[in-house]
Amino acid sequence: MIEIYLILLFMIAAAVIAVSLKDMLSSVVAIGAVGIGLCMAFIILKAPELAIMQLVVEILSLIILVRATIRKDLPFSASGRWLFNTVVTLLFFAVFLTTAYLSLKCLPNFGSPEMKIAGVYLTEGLVKKGIHNVVAAITLDFRSYDTLGEIAAVFTAVVGILAVGRRIGKKREDHVGE
Amino acid sequence: MSVSKRHEEGMTFIVKTVTKITLGFILLYGIFISVGEHNSPGSGFAGGVIVALSFVHIMLAFGREAARNKLRLFSTFLLISTAAAVFLLATVKSFIKIPYFLLTMPLCETVVVGGGLFVVFITLVLIYKEK
Repeated sequence: MIEIYLILLFMIAAAVIAVSLKDMLSSVVAIGAVGIGLCMAFIILKAPELAIMQLVVEILSLIILVRATIRKDLPFSASGRWLFNTVVTLLFFAVFLTTAYLSLKCLPNFGSPEMKIAGVYLTEGLVKKGIHNVVAAITLDFRSYDTLGEIAAVFTAVVGILAVGRRIGKKREDHVGE
Repeated sequence: MSVSKRHEEGMTFIVKTVTKITLGFILLYGIFISVGEHNSPGSGFAGGVIVALSFVHIMLAFGREAARNKLRLFSTFLLISTAAAVFLLATVKSFIKIPYFLLTMPLCETVVVGGGLFVVFITLVLIYKEK
């Protein structure tokens, strides 16, 4: 179990470096190092599927971050409705911390009852789902609400992007400008 | 757009040629990762991100305009919405006993994630261009 602590120390060091660096591009590279450390941690914890997913996502987000930070004049506005923004931020902090506390309290210790949930899947999965492959029953049925959450997040991002980049509002703005 | 201007955009001729060859293979690998979910490591999300990366390659190699010409926003959004609706139906009603839904659910996830991430990426790049 010593490897996992080494990787955690490496990730914490890379995160501290990413925060403390002045140059934006260097701190993006440090964030990439944190992601690669997370991939190695997943491999050590025997979750190759999560490691593949994390690796691919890290590469894509690294491309996006490099693409976004390669320009110096990033628009960043700190003015505006600061009271509303602060209240909403604190509210979300409170909600997330409360939810995390309540849900982490219910979790068992790290790896202590080894087959608590997996045992139920293995014994009752085939009977309940009427399917010939255990892994398919788990990934496509027991875990499909997890996937539904991912899809909801991506779909929300697409709807937001379409609301920002739609063509109708842009034309009207040009017309007003003329 | 004229031919000479198209050659000026993006990276060098070597990168463009290699991208033309490898693009289909990367796309195929993403579909393979997502379809083989039930008996090998990999998932629909990872496959979708690989599909999005293969489209990002077009933009990195050929420049912004080529990628923007590839993207038809309305059709992409229609495809993503259809895939998301099918996935929602399959999750809530639990159609898993029908065998071909083993393929449908990862493919729907791949379409939503790949198309969605590519649209997000393109829009980020285009917004930064206009300012």
